[in-house]
Amino acid sequence: MTGTEALIILAYLLASVLFIIGLKGLAHPRTAVRGNKIGALGMFIAIVVTLMDKKIISFEIILAGIILGGLIGGVFAVKIAMTAMPQLVGLFNGFGGAASLLVAGAALIEAGGMGSTQLNVATVASGIIGSVTFWGSFIAFGKLQGFISGGQTLIPARHIINILLVSAAMVIGYMIVSDPLNTNMYWYLVIVASFLGVLLVIPIGGADMPVVVSLLNSYSGIAAAATGFVLNNNGLIIAGSLVGASGIILSKIMCVAMNRSLINVLFAKFSVVAGEKTKADDIYEGKIKSTNADEIAMLLDGVQRVVIVPGYGMAVSQAQHAVRDFANLLESKGVEIEYAIHPVAGRMPGHMNVLLAEADIPYEKLKEMDAINPTLDQTDVAIVVGANDVVNPVARTDPSSPIAGMPIIDVDKARTVVVIKRSLSPGFAGIPNPLFAADNTLMFFGDGRKAIVEINNALQDG
Amino acid sequence: METFVIGLTTFVLAIFIGFEVITKVPPTLHTPLMSGSNAISGITIIGAVLSAGAQYSTLTTILGFSAVVFATVNVVGGFLVTHRMLKMFQGKK
Repeated sequence: MTGTEALIILAYLLASVLFIIGLKGLAHPRTAVRGNKIGALGMFIAIVVTLMDKKIISFEIILAGIILGGLIGGVFAVKIAMTAMPQLVGLFNGFGGAASLLVAGAALIEAGGMGSTQLNVATVASGIIGSVTFWGSFIAFGKLQGFISGGQTLIPARHIINILLVSAAMVIGYMIVSDPLNTNMYWYLVIVASFLGVLLVIPIGGADMPVVVSLLNSYSGIAAAATGFVLNNNGLIIAGSLVGASGIILSKIMCVAMNRSLINVLFAKFSVVAGEKTKADDIYEGKIKSTNADEIAMLLDGVQRVVIVPGYGMAVSQAQHAVRDFANLLESKGVEIEYAIHPVAGRMPGHMNVLLAEADIPYEKLKEMDAINPTLDQTDVAIVVGANDVVNPVARTDPSSPIAGMPIIDVDKARTVVVIKRSLSPGFAGIPNPLFAADNTLMFFGDGRKAIVEINNALQDG
Repeated sequence: METFVIGLTTFVLAIFIGFEVITKVPPTLHTPLMSGSNAISGITIIGAVLSAGAQYSTLTTILGFSAVVFATVNVVGGFLVTHRMLKMFQGKK
């Protein structure tokens, strides 16, 4: 080992330590900005020392790639709306997976059949995971962006097709390991794994996206770690496994928040629930009390405590700034305002928190489900903005319901509930919500943002 | 075999560190955690740089170049957008 080689390896160690310190910094909003910068510094060091590697004979192509990629990434990062964050993270995951599979492919070709078994096996792993990550993320991106149907698209016999694809990938993988000179095989592997990636994500519906995005995040890390085994590079192995662990934890948290197993989400078993379906008409008929902005403004006169429950509908209608103005109006009258955040509200973990932070709402006011639930019976008004399944009391009461046992925000315990929603249409679970017909519930039909702006105007006039 | 065993040791230990560090991140910061860890998974960029710079053949150079582009989007975009989000959590001074 020459001095330069040792230096490079030590620099990767330094980079890995910086990644760990950086991730640790993310544990608190105060230290998070610095944590992210430390992570970026680690990445910068890793890239710079790599340029010292004696394998590199020309820098032009590297530079061109970095400039092009940097511009694209920079524009995305600056322009993207906070509401579209799940799509962006999904897309970036996919790019990471694509980069890993391309690097592994190039390494296989460069080895010219002389690579170790480790290199060949790891290349196969990187090819499969990288392709699944790229295409899975692309489909998730499409669903979130709306150019692919967001619902569950159930392809007949998809489990059998998936098993066939996995078997095919195994066979091709074995052929690559036994005859690594035949590099064309690698691209067949990529094609098979690409179909697998598409088919694995296509059946999964919109509200399960937080799990999918977390899991793909994990895959992109594992693909990088596999590429680390291809290149015998500890920097890649460490960084990749950190991200792999992170994605797995987030997927687990999301599943617990929906009271479903990961298998259940991945195989899209959700809507197939035996038993009679409750008719929406029976529940809603004659019991819905529709309200308007003036009535709500009157209702809010003299209250002490209001809890706001945001859902995906708030993101869709970009209502977060209106919500902030609403909260400021009430707070100026001495009302205590808190926000109840369900873990799976939105389309990725923590989505609602980002939107509310964008509107300058202090994070101390954002309460987790377990913290806010005991306070709801002392709450005068709970305002639900574009959320449905996460406030459906059926989860507590009806064991045969598809969402039975899912932890919910107990808004029905508040003295009055105001639900701002476009219509009575069901949420992702496809079931009616008895909350809307409850005696203490008022429905305000309309677009989330417009509705809140109307309430704000009524409050100011009143 | 020896390098594999060392690699595997590193891999397993790093996963445990990952679990320890990530479980301490509060739900409020889960979105920035995702985009930030996502940027870190762009570490593949160092493999991409090696392939693009070594110019073993035209094909590997093209593969390397594409990988550099993808990975850089991932790295630059990931860290920047995370920074943008975290700034909002810090609030106005």
